[in-house]
Amino acid sequence: MLSFIVQRLLQSVFVMLAVSLIAFSLFRFVGDPVAQMVGQETSIQDQENLRERLGLNDPLITQYGRFVGDLIKGDFGFSYRTRQPVSEMILNRMPATLELGAVSLLISLLVGIPAGIYTAIKRGGVLSNVLLMSTLIGISVPTFVIGIFLIYLFGVELGWLPTFGRGETVQIGWWQTSFLTWDGLKSLLLPAITLGIYQLTLTMRLVRAEMQDVLKTDFIKFATARGINYRSLYFNHAFRNTLVPVITIIGLQLGGIIAFSIVTESVFQWPGMGLLFLDSIRYVDIPVMSVYLVLIALMFVVINLAVDMLYFAIDPRVRLKSANG
Amino acid sequence: MDVLLNINNLSVKFPTRFGEFSALDNIDLSVAAGEIHGLVGESGAGKSTVGAAIMGLLQSPGYVASGDINFMGEQLGSLSAEQYHAMRGQRISMIFQDPQTSLNPLLRVSQQLIETIRQHSDVSYSEARKRAIALLEETGIRDVEQRMDEYPHQFSGGMRQRVVIALALCTNPELIIADEPTTALDVSVQKQILALIRSLCTTRNIGIILITHDIGVINEITDRVTVLRSGRVIESGLTAQVLGNPSDAYTKALMAAVPRLDKRLDRFRNIVSDDILTKENTSWVVEGANAQFASDWLLQDHQFDKQQQDNDARSILSVTNLAVTFYSGQPGWFKRDEGFKALSDINFTMRTGEVLGIVGESGSGKSTLAKAIVGLVDPSAGEMIFNAEALPPGSQRARTHPARRQIQMVFQDPYSSLNNRQKVEDIIAEPIRFYNMTSDNRKIRQLVASVLELVEMPQSAMLKYPHQFSGGQRQRIAVARALVARPEFLICDEPTSALDVSIQAQILNLLKDLQQTFGLSILFISHNLAVIRQISDSVLVLRNGALVESAQTEMFFSAPKHEYSQMLLRETPSLAMLQEQQ
Amino acid sequence: MINAWRRFSRENELVYLFLRNRVAQLAALIAIVSVGAAAFANFIAPTNPYDIASIDIMDSLIPPAWNADGESHFIIGTDDQGRDLFSAILYGTRLSLTVGLLSITFASVLGVTVGLMAGYFGGRFDAIVMRIADVQLSLPAILVALLIDGIARGILPQDKHDSLMIVVLTVAIGLSLWVNFARTVRASTFVERNKEYVQASQIMGMHPVRIMLVHILPNIMGPILVILTVDLAVAVLLEATLSFLGVGVPPNQPSLGTLIRIGTEYLFSGEWWIVIFPSGMLITMIVSINILGDFLRDALNPRLR
Repeated sequence: MLSFIVQRLLQSVFVMLAVSLIAFSLFRFVGDPVAQMVGQETSIQDQENLRERLGLNDPLITQYGRFVGDLIKGDFGFSYRTRQPVSEMILNRMPATLELGAVSLLISLLVGIPAGIYTAIKRGGVLSNVLLMSTLIGISVPTFVIGIFLIYLFGVELGWLPTFGRGETVQIGWWQTSFLTWDGLKSLLLPAITLGIYQLTLTMRLVRAEMQDVLKTDFIKFATARGINYRSLYFNHAFRNTLVPVITIIGLQLGGIIAFSIVTESVFQWPGMGLLFLDSIRYVDIPVMSVYLVLIALMFVVINLAVDMLYFAIDPRVRLKSANG
Repeated sequence: MDVLLNINNLSVKFPTRFGEFSALDNIDLSVAAGEIHGLVGESGAGKSTVGAAIMGLLQSPGYVASGDINFMGEQLGSLSAEQYHAMRGQRISMIFQDPQTSLNPLLRVSQQLIETIRQHSDVSYSEARKRAIALLEETGIRDVEQRMDEYPHQFSGGMRQRVVIALALCTNPELIIADEPTTALDVSVQKQILALIRSLCTTRNIGIILITHDIGVINEITDRVTVLRSGRVIESGLTAQVLGNPSDAYTKALMAAVPRLDKRLDRFRNIVSDDILTKENTSWVVEGANAQFASDWLLQDHQFDKQQQDNDARSILSVTNLAVTFYSGQPGWFKRDEGFKALSDINFTMRTGEVLGIVGESGSGKSTLAKAIVGLVDPSAGEMIFNAEALPPGSQRARTHPARRQIQMVFQDPYSSLNNRQKVEDIIAEPIRFYNMTSDNRKIRQLVASVLELVEMPQSAMLKYPHQFSGGQRQRIAVARALVARPEFLICDEPTSALDVSIQAQILNLLKDLQQTFGLSILFISHNLAVIRQISDSVLVLRNGALVESAQTEMFFSAPKHEYSQMLLRETPSLAMLQEQQ
Repeated sequence: MINAWRRFSRENELVYLFLRNRVAQLAALIAIVSVGAAAFANFIAPTNPYDIASIDIMDSLIPPAWNADGESHFIIGTDDQGRDLFSAILYGTRLSLTVGLLSITFASVLGVTVGLMAGYFGGRFDAIVMRIADVQLSLPAILVALLIDGIARGILPQDKHDSLMIVVLTVAIGLSLWVNFARTVRASTFVERNKEYVQASQIMGMHPVRIMLVHILPNIMGPILVILTVDLAVAVLLEATLSFLGVGVPPNQPSLGTLIRIGTEYLFSGEWWIVIFPSGMLITMIVSINILGDFLRDALNPRLR
């Protein structure tokens, strides 16, 4: 068991190093850091001095090391655009994105998984076909179109829900939350649904596909031949065996949610990290871009580790393989 | 003995896009308590369909077209879906072929047992657990208390099948359908499981339907037997009667095709023949192509002289101290990988024109030996000498090394040994082109057609794709492909293990004929001792990668020296007694 | 002739299933029409919306022809720049499909090559490739696309930037999707590689490249085809999203995504057509591609032997 954890940790570190390398290259080679920081009038000499002071003339390895060290310490540098510390900007925006992401994930799982199981079991029924058709629409309609449509319907025509921004939020420490105000919750609803729909349909399709595969296996046949009641067959036997691939994809989806939040935040003007990243792309604000990159990678790596640990808990064959070295 | 099950005039059909397919056609069957009724037939006979129909688990879109299934006075056809499902496991149970896939890998054995018990009877958890323990002991599992909480993959194949049997028994059914229960197991384990089934049948007084394609198994434990072919009952009756003195021509042909363990015959006679050589198929020919043409090509216009070959007594292949070790390639952090010894210290020599049989159970290393010779796997030690020259290990063998043409191989699985996307013509022509044996396209076509005729296939086969042929026919194509390269040495790795018994006999006949006509040296690998006896001149026994015994065939079979060989001979289900009468 | 066709359509399972599936046929029809319209946009469209000279700002925001204020030669109205919406949609579809197809070609060539090699050779090469794939999989497609786009923006001078955008987009989307191909091809290659016909070729001494191309590749076309279709939809979606966000195609060559972005601003003031028609076109196209993808996946699924 130990070697398994160690192995995965090392892999994660490797991935993080690779990503930080990319981020570092961005920093160093795209555009000129010095040119971004000084005005027109600064003399060449002063620019040189600045370069020296920032350590930009040191060997690349040293610079890279410094970069990684800074990242670990939490020193993310300053934004080219706003001159603010990047860490501040990100911390400011993180709660918005995380809350949005969490609610969307919840929606997609709570609806997607049961729907997937249902369509796998009841094939050909009316509800099944309706659900299947809607998954097709769900993965074909771009997130932003869904957002626009929802805004138009619920925001403009019906006027039930706010159309942009977070509404009222409550500050707890450095975290601003939408959950504690009615207005905040109302503002959260549409974006969360928009973000969640794509993920929901993906989940549903995946769960359905995996369930169908499992239902064809020999051990289900044997269990049926033993007269095990259908409810137990589906949940105790079939669904349990679909958990492994489903968990993988859910893990990946968390990432998809974080990524697609960019679009949703853009449509709803939701002040989250995604919008921040988008602006940084538009204005070529390298420090923000590269830090965002590293953070996302970190999130993924952590999620992947968690997923692997879950495998361990669920599938005894994985445990045995690692115990034997 | 009271009759448990009575099937009358049962017909099952499957609608397909080619019309309606009749899987079963007016089947009659009856099973009594305490009796094992064998259901035997080749593939496509409909044996498994009978089992599925009884359980009410026909694969859709199949349906029961007519007839009825009567179980202890009840017409199963008139049961509702719930009633049927309640009956499953409770009164009729079924076990399948592959113990590995029959058990839920994520649940402990105890959980699966207890769940089944509590499904059908209202008992407490601890009571169910006690019953489970008793069952596992009854099916011969040791250290039950300890092992029952383990997962399926922690058991060996034979043990798993015992668990499966326990699961089928735990609800005390009156009838059990066993669909090829021992096919996936090694010979030694097979005999034990069969004995277990027999004893359970007698002590519990249940009826058992044993579905299998293996006639030896039928002879071993069944009381009565029904022979199926293409969905129809050919013959039915007491086992000793049907097998020993068959009345139907098909049954006779089937029995004639079973390889004998007690005596070597020069050919299989009076067997079922392949029906592909119809007039329709043979009307299309390539000009100038016939079996003689192929024969001339293979012998390079010489005459083959068997006498000369015998006098020659050269050795074609000599293997010394051969060892193959596999490393898993996943270095642990604290343990160095010792590797898995697939073969260790193998020594033998083959003369030109000899047929050497390699026999062993699974994991014995037989295939690894073939792979080492042919270059797919590198030996970790030892030498191979082919035609008096050193044979380099596969990774060092040049692409144009002559041994690559001189050694050809016929594989086990006819469904994966041919590229499904290539026409048969291209498949057979590929070696000719690749080895640059001739660049005349017309000649190549003639050769392909001729070689097909040589392996008793119609020349028109070259226009088709592999999936349009049956397993046996595909194997003939594989043989044609191997032959066309003019090999001196042929390795056959379980070439008939995936084939039905009659087809196996046809292919073995073919191989014998070819060997005699062309003086091929053949390395024949099989796990089936009877097949080995019928085709080889000498025998090599492998066990867990080590050479256990090596001898001339006749000497080996009349008096094997090693204990393991004796065990193998003993445990192989055979028809020795019956065949002696013939 | 008819008999030959009847036999073929019965024996070839894919064709048979297709001919019985009305939905798939409809989807195929829509796809063909879309591709056709896009390909011949030059000839079909009444105006060329990319030609700045032909646009008159005075023509902006005219509603569709059946509306009271509409004009007959602007069938479904104009956008905020005065471009004829019908032409803009045709050209936009062409642009979206072009980017989609190009990026899929790029992704598939890269992915299939890498996947074949990783699956065939295994060992170190496979391990390295899988690590790279892992790293890339830790960044979702849209992020990768955005990133590359951003880098391109930073590296290229402004004027070159616009004309090279198509290339940048193709590379960005292609690089974010190649991993799907690589993983599936790798898995299928693993399976085929252990089959005996591959072993037979290896024994003969065939060169690995020949084995991969002549023997293995034709046998794994099924899964590749499915991913091609499914990822084409994703590519088109990605391009639309990027353009919507303003980091896709240059503004004077609007794709469907750009049009939708423009339209969003005017939706709430009542000029609904600028959003609705391009959205409809986009959705219809993607839905048909997805239906075909689903059909292929089900039809090519190895079922009972």
